[in-house]
Amino acid sequence: MMPPTVVKPPAVMNAPLLQVRGLQVEFDRQPAVRDVSFDLFAAETVALVGESGAGKSTVARAVLRLVQPARGSVEFSGLDLLKAPPAVMRAQRRDLQIIFQDPLASLNPRMTIGDAIAEPLVIFEPELTAVERRQKVAGILQRVGLSADMASRYPHEFSGGQCQRIGIARATVLRPKLLVCDEAVSSLDVSIQGQIINLLLDLQQDMGMAMLFISHNLAVVRHISHRVMVMYRGELVEVASCEALFTAPVHPYTRALLAAVPRMPPIAAASFAGDA
Amino acid sequence: MVVPILNVDELSIRYADRSRALEAVAGASLRIAPQECVGVVGESGSGKSQLFLAAMGLLAGHARVTGSIRFAGDELLGAKAAALNRVRGSKLSMIFQDPMTSLTPHLRIGTQLAEVLVCHLGVSWTEARSAAGRMLERVQLTDPKRRLNQYPHELSGGMRQRVMLAMSLLCRPDLLIADEPTTALDVTVQAQILEVLRAVRSETGMALVLISHDFAVIAGLADRILVMYAGRIVENAAADELLRRPRHPYSAELLKCVPSLSGPRLARLPTLAGQPPQPGEALQACPFAPRCPRAADRCRLERPALAGSSMSQVACHFPLS
Repeated sequence: MMPPTVVKPPAVMNAPLLQVRGLQVEFDRQPAVRDVSFDLFAAETVALVGESGAGKSTVARAVLRLVQPARGSVEFSGLDLLKAPPAVMRAQRRDLQIIFQDPLASLNPRMTIGDAIAEPLVIFEPELTAVERRQKVAGILQRVGLSADMASRYPHEFSGGQCQRIGIARATVLRPKLLVCDEAVSSLDVSIQGQIINLLLDLQQDMGMAMLFISHNLAVVRHISHRVMVMYRGELVEVASCEALFTAPVHPYTRALLAAVPRMPPIAAASFAGDA
Repeated sequence: MVVPILNVDELSIRYADRSRALEAVAGASLRIAPQECVGVVGESGSGKSQLFLAAMGLLAGHARVTGSIRFAGDELLGAKAAALNRVRGSKLSMIFQDPMTSLTPHLRIGTQLAEVLVCHLGVSWTEARSAAGRMLERVQLTDPKRRLNQYPHELSGGMRQRVMLAMSLLCRPDLLIADEPTTALDVTVQAQILEVLRAVRSETGMALVLISHDFAVIAGLADRILVMYAGRIVENAAADELLRRPRHPYSAELLKCVPSLSGPRLARLPTLAGQPPQPGEALQACPFAPRCPRAADRCRLERPALAGSSMSQVACHFPLS
């Protein structure tokens, strides 16, 4: 397999926020992720694409230490997370957040959404008073496009798009440095998908967080990513700037993936671009 | 005039409990000609699945259905189960988004496929099994002989959807309803399934209803597109026409939301503001008015009817020209 080309975004010259080297994850001694290395910079959006079973989510989970890698290193703000003792790792978790594909399943059905969003604050900012916590929850609810009086409601009272906003509120209330979005908009309708992505981009601008954006929707990835990493059978087969990947894909698998995307008729596409 | 393969007239589907009544589909009428491929688009909750589940007699028991659904001239609504079973699964078939829950987990693939032929056509199990094997080959499942002896959990999502497709095609249906058949699949597998559908259609002349929220999936196959919003059909037009010159503002806005693989990259994605109405809301007005950039006073007072010729209809007081 062709070695991946490492392209750094031109704007970013500082040290990377996240440095993954030689990451290997095995299930039953079978490698699910092989020798994956990449950098992620503050305020950068890097997409991870590839088919089901390629290992995209496993990479993300290994980075967050939700699965234990067999080999490799994950350096986050200069600290190797894989070697960090439990107490140190726990302290890091406020800066490492994730949102999932099924927003309703990610919320505790018996907890009001206000309590769900307050939970990270209870854990990581215990010095806050109840009033201060309520204010923070109200603030983030408004920031994600919901209203503060919704805090007393339960997850089942919300639509899929609203649940994803709640998931985002919970994940960003601590202003994390890294947000993993694991197929975060895949189950949403196209009209709602744009709203959620724009919200993520706004929050990124506010907070300067890096985003690892796992998706199989290449059209979405094309608009929002700085760089794209293509995974195939557990390996990174191409890493390129978004521009380069979509105009001149190098790896045959990337080309096959792009060719499989169903296309809109050119006239509809053109009128869309003109209106935007 | 040719008898439509499916003729839906003034179909309404309501769910009522003590406190409120929800209208999932409100007075929908449509015709599908033999051999035609009709794409149905709309957001979650727009009623697109409900409409076709009603045709299959698969709605929940407490659904109140009024109107008429005729298949090749025969009324399906209110038909006895025995009469329905002569049609559905053989001449009228349906596949769903989730191929795992559509297959019986404890039966071998071969048994589940053969059963269809044994039940509907009364052929022997041996004959049915070999026909099943041939159909698996037809939908390009690798190693079809071995698959017959496997269980659903041994197959990937894409393989299972091929099995479902093979099952729905075994009795050579006149109409296949495919409800989000590729939504749960990877783009590469999606492309292969759509290609199989295309090939089967050109070979057998089967009519196809393709339900999806993805315009691009529908664009590649459909002759005609129906757009649904809040339980109503709001536009019905030839696929090329609708994609190039949508007339209903909702169709136009929805098309703008589809992120493109060509053209300039955008800093922000185009969106449709607001949410679709809740199914319980009584709507005297145009249901899209609160989100519509063209809405005027009339839209908030009077519900527009679906009007126009059978080939191009729009439910809007102020359609785009």
